[in-house]
Amino acid sequence: MKVLMKGNEALSEAAIRAGATLYFGYPITPQNEIGEYMSRRLPTIPGGAYIQAETEVASINMVYGAVSTGRRAMTSSSSPGISLMMEGISYLAGAELPAVVVSIMRGGPGLGNINPEQADYFQATKGGGHGSYRMIVLAPASVQEMTDLTVLAFDLADKYRNPAMVIADGNLGQMMEPVELKDSYPNNYDHSDWALTGAKGRKGHTITSIYLDADEMEDYIHKLYRKYGEIERVETRHEEFLTDDADVVIVAYGIVSRVVRSAVELLRAEGIKAGMVRPITLWPYPKAVLRKLADTAKFFLACEMSMGQMVEDVQLSVEGRRPVYFYGRSGGNVPTPAEVVAAVKQRM
Amino acid sequence: MTYEIILAGFGGQGILFLGKMIALAGMIDGKEVSWIPSYGPEMRGGTANCSVVVSDRRIGTPVVTRPNVLVAMNRPSLEKFESTMQPGGHLLINKTLIEIPHTRQDIDVTYLEITGLAGELGNPRMANIVALGGLIGRVGLVSRDAVIEALKKELSGKKAALLDLNLKALDAGQQAALLPA
Repeated sequence: MKVLMKGNEALSEAAIRAGATLYFGYPITPQNEIGEYMSRRLPTIPGGAYIQAETEVASINMVYGAVSTGRRAMTSSSSPGISLMMEGISYLAGAELPAVVVSIMRGGPGLGNINPEQADYFQATKGGGHGSYRMIVLAPASVQEMTDLTVLAFDLADKYRNPAMVIADGNLGQMMEPVELKDSYPNNYDHSDWALTGAKGRKGHTITSIYLDADEMEDYIHKLYRKYGEIERVETRHEEFLTDDADVVIVAYGIVSRVVRSAVELLRAEGIKAGMVRPITLWPYPKAVLRKLADTAKFFLACEMSMGQMVEDVQLSVEGRRPVYFYGRSGGNVPTPAEVVAAVKQRM
Repeated sequence: MTYEIILAGFGGQGILFLGKMIALAGMIDGKEVSWIPSYGPEMRGGTANCSVVVSDRRIGTPVVTRPNVLVAMNRPSLEKFESTMQPGGHLLINKTLIEIPHTRQDIDVTYLEITGLAGELGNPRMANIVALGGLIGRVGLVSRDAVIEALKKELSGKKAALLDLNLKALDAGQQAALLPA
């Protein structure tokens, strides 16, 4: 049965139904409904706990501790708060811990504003934290996907023992749409060979990211990168819209992909063969589909609510074989379909 | 058909609830719907507004910048949004609180004593539901049955006592909107 829910609240309910019973966070707009929802729901669930931490630094480290026990736990924040979590995310990746971090992007840099932006793409997909690591990054484009991809984030985090981020913007967090949730989602991952569950009667487990010996550290990093390679092979996800015969391929994710879909329809109505590729995983990035479309498309246009970040991944994917242009809005302005149409025509 | 709706007034007029009822009724009617508040750092006494889209087709952006339906519950809302309307759009004006006339000649305008009618029912806070009645009377937008179902859904449990008054407000708005201006 469909219900009308806010993105932030739907995401929270999906996390709970996926078995996340532990939430740690610190308030920041435009994602406060997540903490609010969790604070109401989790104390009513057996073993559930909600803690408002003293900072985002504390939140992410509480998550580190919680997931070390093999239980599903999460945190959420928005741009400045996510910046504070970067050290913790590196540690989670380094210790191979399955955590889910929700990032509801707002305007930046600095304190910025509380309007929607997509300017934390680099932060999410290119490190942000230190060291040789990768984080799985999922980008929903509707309230339904806010729930579906949150459930997927928990599954991928558990499957690969790696932090996973659900990244959306203020609009997706604040908007209401009809959404369908299952009563529960499977949560069958066995963590008994590594989780800290009390070592009585068995050998103790150690969770760490410290390897003082150079060769040992290098071996460990290579092991991580074999895992990342596997994730790239198996877990890359995208959606295509009218790309089969497209001369113009517009690439957009999240809320902007909805605007671009409307723009593609307008362009098609004028006889311009436009199509869209929507990355659903921002890491791993759907390079192969863009590389293939470079055989037939005349040019690419990346469209983002930023000054141009994902556009660099489009360029890397296309490998210089076709022009890659950029159109973006900032500060909380959402591009309109008419603007995207104009941006395409200007380059024809 | 795609209705791109802006509902605007001041805080406390039930603007967000009005939007939610339209979206919920649209969903019950089997339409695609979205709802999003203007969630900026609003000033006390300033305007509160939200965007609602009700469509037969998949919805692009939920943020409405060129509405074809506008409900102006107070004067700043009319002044802020009238110029953004699509030609041929529907404008519903809360005559009780707005003493200036509209200026556009290319839109359909309904003046309604929204707050006044709510006051006659004994509760000025019913103004949002009077406006909802006005919308279904004048524009159609969503079906009356779906609105009633939406109100029943939302006003359950502790709030169930308010349902009767809401239905009266809905009728008052709908009937007034059907009368010639």
